[in-house]
Parts: sequence; structure tokens; C-alpha cells
Amino acid sequence: MIDLSTLTIKKAHESLKKGEYSVWDLAESYLKNIEAKNKDINAYLEVFADVKEQAELAQKKFTDGTATSLTGIPFAIKDNILIEGRRAGAASKILENYVASYDATVIAKLKKEGVIFLGRANMDEFAMGGSTENSAYGVTKNPHDVSRVAGGSSGGSVAAVAMDGALVALGSDTGGSVRQPASLCGVVGLKPTYGSVSRHGMMAMAASLNQIGTIGKTVEDAEIVFNAIAGKDRYDSFSQTIPTFKKNEGSFKIGVPMAFMNQGGIDKDVLDNFNETLEKLKSKGIQIIDTPMPNLEYALAVYYVLMPAEVSSDMAKFDGVKFGSLVKGKNLLEDYMLTRGQLFGKEVRRRIILGTYVLSAGYYDAYYHKANQVRALIAQDFKNAFEKVDVVLTPTSPTPAFKIGEKAADPISMYLADIFTVTANLVGIPALSVPSGFSEQEGKKLPLGIQISAPHFREDLLFDFGKIVEDLG
Amino acid sequence: MITRTDIQKLATLARIHIDEAEMDTLAGEIDSILAYVDQLKHASANAPEKNDYLRNVFREDDAPHESAIFTEKLLEAAPDKDGQYFKVKKILN
Repeated sequence: MIDLSTLTIKKAHESLKKGEYSVWDLAESYLKNIEAKNKDINAYLEVFADVKEQAELAQKKFTDGTATSLTGIPFAIKDNILIEGRRAGAASKILENYVASYDATVIAKLKKEGVIFLGRANMDEFAMGGSTENSAYGVTKNPHDVSRVAGGSSGGSVAAVAMDGALVALGSDTGGSVRQPASLCGVVGLKPTYGSVSRHGMMAMAASLNQIGTIGKTVEDAEIVFNAIAGKDRYDSFSQTIPTFKKNEGSFKIGVPMAFMNQGGIDKDVLDNFNETLEKLKSKGIQIIDTPMPNLEYALAVYYVLMPAEVSSDMAKFDGVKFGSLVKGKNLLEDYMLTRGQLFGKEVRRRIILGTYVLSAGYYDAYYHKANQVRALIAQDFKNAFEKVDVVLTPTSPTPAFKIGEKAADPISMYLADIFTVTANLVGIPALSVPSGFSEQEGKKLPLGIQISAPHFREDLLFDFGKIVEDLG
Repeated sequence: MITRTDIQKLATLARIHIDEAEMDTLAGEIDSILAYVDQLKHASANAPEKNDYLRNVFREDDAPHESAIFTEKLLEAAPDKDGQYFKVKKILN
């Protein structure tokens, strides 16, 4: 028996290299776990039928000496990232029959390493949501308490890792969709710098905000996967070569926007846990500096103007003509109206309508233009902060995992779950969620997480500091 | 206040059929979201015009790939096709 609960990429690689177990032994251990747990958790929409064949190909790399640190490592892949020849649906009925025509760049990179794709992971439809309740294929439940959500939108990817149904996973993060579920399920989630990972082959939801992110049980695992998928790609014009930086010498300086922490609306356990973490860091000689960021309070409002505006244009390609499903009407206009009306879920329809409104003539200045201006103010707040500190800390989520259905009737209360995470997407900086303890509710231990933000392309600072937070225990 | 007529108009612009039954709920929800984002008017007006990390990236409109090399593969995903073409209902009478 392989102990999956304490397994890391490095440990698995050592064992595979020494032949303590085979790639198939490892993959099979995960498949058995998925078989036992997925019917309750619903992390996977599909488990691939060819895992054994993939494992045999990866095993050959160990035999012929071409194995890398990721060869044979079992992955869960969010359902909005394309793997050629396999179904990909963004958990939407509108892509019910869609089979990917090509590999996403991140997938092509992972294929070269010989990783194992176990299956495609559940998500909020087109990544719109914070609880995976918006999936057309049922909610993903939290492995720590199945009456609660796993978070979202990458709830399936994260729950797969948390239930030991995959060693690591890929998700996508537009406003917190990797970090918030990682926090709610007690694993590590990274939203990389805008431009550091190619998004070619990831279904765009809001193109100025979304990034592919990595999920693992440890900071080091999220880091190894990030290093494997990062870099410039001719198919994503904004992607860039990651510059290298001098290693941070000496002690970290930490910024905390105290006024933003004390605005209210944050669960007491979350705040207590955050302050305890700060105390532990102080006792290690790490300097904590109150860093005023006066425009953070507008971040969520900015996000809920810009994101739907972008959604309304990014979703225009789903028209029943080029791919996916088609509902036929009397004429072409009805084909569009019925296909999009019947096959997009409620939240997707709501965001498209809202986005269409804020972009319409007469309202553009009041909403879209103003939101862009405030977005620039928030970026300036971070720029000012990073002149004084290395990284900025906040909680990842204002609450631990909430009950399934609890926020379904009120979109605003659901949107507030993103309050700490949307800033990194608006500003394009990298951010990492690391487990920081638990909140005990109704006899269940619910994970909490801390979010670390760093300047553009300073993922190295996130990993270094993330490991310090991880070691606080 | 967002009315049913507004929703109807937006739905047509966005090419999304909205059921009669959903109109009122949707109008109410859009209203509450707009009320929330309305706080933006209190934010400073002295904003820099641009976010300095976001920029448009252009490329030369040249060196295309060989014609039709992806056609067959991409058409496999189409709900309706005719030979080398996507098939849609006629738009001109």
C-alpha cells in the first residue's frame, strides 16, 4: 500500500525511480480511491479509460532513462482545459458533445514529461461561481464535510487532491477559483502572474483576468507543476518568459492591510486564525507592517463590472454553430437564442446579461470605464505596498466552507466569497493559498487558508514564504 | 430600476432566450448587483488612465499557416456541417 496522504511529487519520483512501485501501481492506488470516494464527492466528471496505457508509456521513460520529476505523476485536469481527443465541457450542457481538437499548451508540456491524466474535474459552469454548485453535472462536495461546498470554481480539481484522488491538479483562476477552493479544502493553490502560463487551450471566461493555476498538497508540489507549465508561448500573445530574480536575502517583510481586515463581514474563526498566524510569524522574527491599501474596498465592485463585461464577449463564441450542442429553432436567430438560452446555466446567463448591460451605450462610462480607472488605483496600491514589503498577507476566504445551497438564492453573498482573491486577478500579480489551520463547526474540522501576494513574476517569493507558513504547523 | 423590457432588450442583444418566468427574478438580481457596484462612484476620480501592466499585444498580419490544414479536424466538432463548411440556416431571403 502506498501512503497517498503524505505523498509528494519528490517522494513519488524517488520511489518510481528506485522501482519501489511502478507507475501503474501508483495510478491504480489513486483510481481505487476515486472509485471509493467519487460517488460521494463528485470531484471527477470522467475518469479516463486509458490510464493503464498512459502508465505503460510513462514506465518506459523510467526504463530508458528519459524520466523527469513529473513522469508518472497522476493529475486531475479541470474540465475547461483541452486534451486532444478527449471530452472537454467546462461543466456546461452547451458543450455536451464536444471533443477537444487540440492540446492546451500546458497539456502539451505535461505530456512531454509523461504525466498521467486521471480524469477531468468538475467545476462551476465555464468557471463562473465560487462553490461548484453551478456545474450542470451536480455539486462537488467538500471532502472534510460532505454537507458543505468544496469551493469553486475549480472545486473538482481541488477536491480530487484533497480526497487523495490525484497527487496534483490544474485549475483556472479568474477571481479566486483556484485559491478559494484550495483554502476550503485544506490544500495549496497557486494563481500565477498574468502572462506567466500560456492560456492557449483553456476556455476563456474573462480574458484580462484568468490564468491557469496549480494545486497540490504542498507548496513544493504546486511549485514543481508551475515550473513545468510556465513560460512564453506563441499561441498566447501575453505570455512571457519568466525573468529571474536575486534570491531574497535575510528576513521577509510582510504587509497586512489592517483596515481592510477589520471592515467586518469576516468570520471570527478566520480572523482569529489569521492573527494567530501573524503572531507565529512575528515570533520567528518576521516583521509585520500595516500597509494601507485604500482602494481594496472597491476591488469586488470593480471585478463584478469588468468580469461580466468580458464574459459577455468571451461567451459569444458559443452559438451552436462551431462546436458543442445546437437547439434548432425556426431561423438562425432562433437557433442562437434557443441554444444559448436553454444550454447555458442560470449564472452564465445572468453574467452575460449583466455584462451586456454595463457595456451598453449610455452606461459604459459609469460602469466599465470607471471600473477600469479604479482597477488602476488598486494596482497603484499594490505597487506602493511592494516598495515597503516583500509580500502581502490576507486570509484567502472570508469564511470556512459553507453549506451546500446556503448562498444559492443570493448572488451577492456568493460573490463576497471572492473579496480577498479578486485583487490579484485585477492587478495581475501572483498569489498563493496555503493551509493555516482549522475552524471547528458542528464537530467537523473545516480547513482555513492564508493568501500570500507578491509582485509580478515573483512566484519565487510566494514559494519561499509559503514554505515558512507551511512549517508553522 | 431594471425592467422586464430592459431584460428583454438585453437578452436579444446577447442572443439568449430568457423564459417569461425568469424575467422578474433576473431583473431583481441584476438590480441588486448594480446597487452593489454603484459604490464605485465614491472611488477617487484621480485615477491613472491605464493599468500599466495591461497592454494590447499585436503581431504582423502575415506568415499564415498553410490553408485548410486544420479544417477537417475543427469541423469534426461542428453540430451541423456540409462538406468543408459549417452549416447554418439561411440569413437572406
